[in-house]
Amino acid sequence: MFQFIFRRLSLVVPTFIGITLLTFTLIRLIPGDPIEVMAGERGVSAERHAELSAQLGFDQPLYVQYFRYVGGVLQGDLGNSLITKEPVMKEFLTLFPATIELAFCAAVFAILVGLPAGIFAAVKRGTVLDHSVMTFSLTGYSMPIFWWALLLMLVFSVTLGWTPVSGRIDVVYWIDDVTGFMLIDALLSDEVGAFRSAVAHLILPSIVLGTIPMAVIARMTRSSMLEVLSEDYIRTARAKGIAPWRVIIIHALRNALIPVITVIGLQVGILLSGAILTETVFAWPGIGKWLIESIGRRDYPVVQGGILIVACIIITVNLLVDIAYGIVNPRIRHSK
Amino acid sequence: MSSQTVTAPIPKTPLQEFWHYFSTNKGAVAGLSFIVLICFMAIFADFVAPHSPSQQYRDALLLPPAWLQGGNWSFVLGTDDVGRDILSRLIHGSRLSISVGIVAVTASLIMGILLGLIAGYFKGMIDTMIMRIVDIMLAMPSLLLAIAIVAILGPSIVNAALAISIVSLPHYVRLTRAATMAEMSKDYVTSSRVIGAGPLRLMFICILPNCLAPLIVQATLGFSTAILDMAALGFLGLGAQPPTPEWGSMLSDALQFVQRAWWVVTFPGLMILITVLAFNLMGDGLRDALDPKLKQ
Repeated sequence: MFQFIFRRLSLVVPTFIGITLLTFTLIRLIPGDPIEVMAGERGVSAERHAELSAQLGFDQPLYVQYFRYVGGVLQGDLGNSLITKEPVMKEFLTLFPATIELAFCAAVFAILVGLPAGIFAAVKRGTVLDHSVMTFSLTGYSMPIFWWALLLMLVFSVTLGWTPVSGRIDVVYWIDDVTGFMLIDALLSDEVGAFRSAVAHLILPSIVLGTIPMAVIARMTRSSMLEVLSEDYIRTARAKGIAPWRVIIIHALRNALIPVITVIGLQVGILLSGAILTETVFAWPGIGKWLIESIGRRDYPVVQGGILIVACIIITVNLLVDIAYGIVNPRIRHSK
Repeated sequence: MSSQTVTAPIPKTPLQEFWHYFSTNKGAVAGLSFIVLICFMAIFADFVAPHSPSQQYRDALLLPPAWLQGGNWSFVLGTDDVGRDILSRLIHGSRLSISVGIVAVTASLIMGILLGLIAGYFKGMIDTMIMRIVDIMLAMPSLLLAIAIVAILGPSIVNAALAISIVSLPHYVRLTRAATMAEMSKDYVTSSRVIGAGPLRLMFICILPNCLAPLIVQATLGFSTAILDMAALGFLGLGAQPPTPEWGSMLSDALQFVQRAWWVVTFPGLMILITVLAFNLMGDGLRDALDPKLKQ
């Protein structure tokens, strides 16, 4: 077991080096001199240029610059934003809870809808129910989510007025930032109706962000269930006279879930990149919106740092999924 | 005595056999029909579209679709905030989406096949290196990587297409490598080698044709990803720049009129959805028709 975990961990090191190389090169590929880019339109004098160059280490050879950069990254130092002058890490940490909250609710929605839909489709194979679940999931899978967001907003916020248009909570509430998670903070605060408002603000963005993962989970659950349902042991269980729902839930689902859990874990990448679009449409103050705004403002340290952190999160989650898969499935663990 | 002639059934050509399996999948045929339609629209956009995509009719701003009150049959799907015909812009937009799809898929297919063949054929050190790079690329969400690439190169259609072809590269490399490795151990490759075929001949003439099936499926699905990513980049202002009629940027241009004129955002999005859906349906159909295991 430990050997397996160690083997997977050792594969992460080159990937990490590759990603730091990528983000390191990224900022050097920008046309023009980085210091002039930083200074903006005003420009800098020659002395100031040399001074800044020495200060930022641009006068050093490239490999020295790279090792300095990785050294900083390993200590959590991703440089400062050119606009706010705040450390990138600090900005990231204040915005990240909003994205986690959104991604978590989207994942819950995707699992709560996708899993039962996939099970029903598999059990009722070939029926109208199966076909409609499959049609819906393929449509969801093909959905341009920024448009889906606008459409839902148009119907439920603008026309029906059921949900708020954007943001995390109504402006009338002043919620103290305790955990950064609006749902928890709203509950902790004494404001009446704050929690309700926070939930209302979360509904549409979660549905939008959860749509593609939901479709993927439904498709995967269906095909995995179909495979398991044709196994001999299921026939045996049925022959023994076990209740049909018990065969499906206890006997089939448990084995069918193994690949589904892997797929759920792999949705983290989709959730994080989908968050860029969802947050932009719903003015959700998370890292997706932060990254896009930074690109617009040419705030390169933020872009560089943000991409690095997101990539690291995804590598970590993929690693955990792999290890979890190895724990539940010995065939993976012992293969070379 | 009656003479009865018995003729052996004529064996189907591979193409006929493929069409036999493909045409049983109604969704795939529907997808294919829509793709043919949209390609036709893209090629003949100048003749099909009722108006020029950039012509601004100043007396017809934000006109609703024809079947609604206040609509006008010369602007079937209505007009946008500067009086441009939405239908004509959608038709011209299909030209852009289809050509970006073709460019991005072809570029990543060629690069992916090359790298995958090299990795699978030579194995060892070079394989490890290529696959490590592929793993790094796969660790990044494709849209994020594409955004990063466009952020550096600057927003334009060409850069967006380049970014999309780079981010879809890993899938083709992995598929080609896996298929190459499976073919390498087969007898026909060994016998060609014994006859004296060189590495290039083995790679491109012996092995590659036998790896094509999964690549065709992936390329079809790659089209849907390319169109979706292109629209997303356009929506974020990182793809086509105004006034180019591109579906994603048409959406973002119209954002401020959402509340007054639903049609300016509904139709471009619907167009993206149906096109992407069509490619996904066709990809699923191709996968079933080309996978010999499912034929039985």
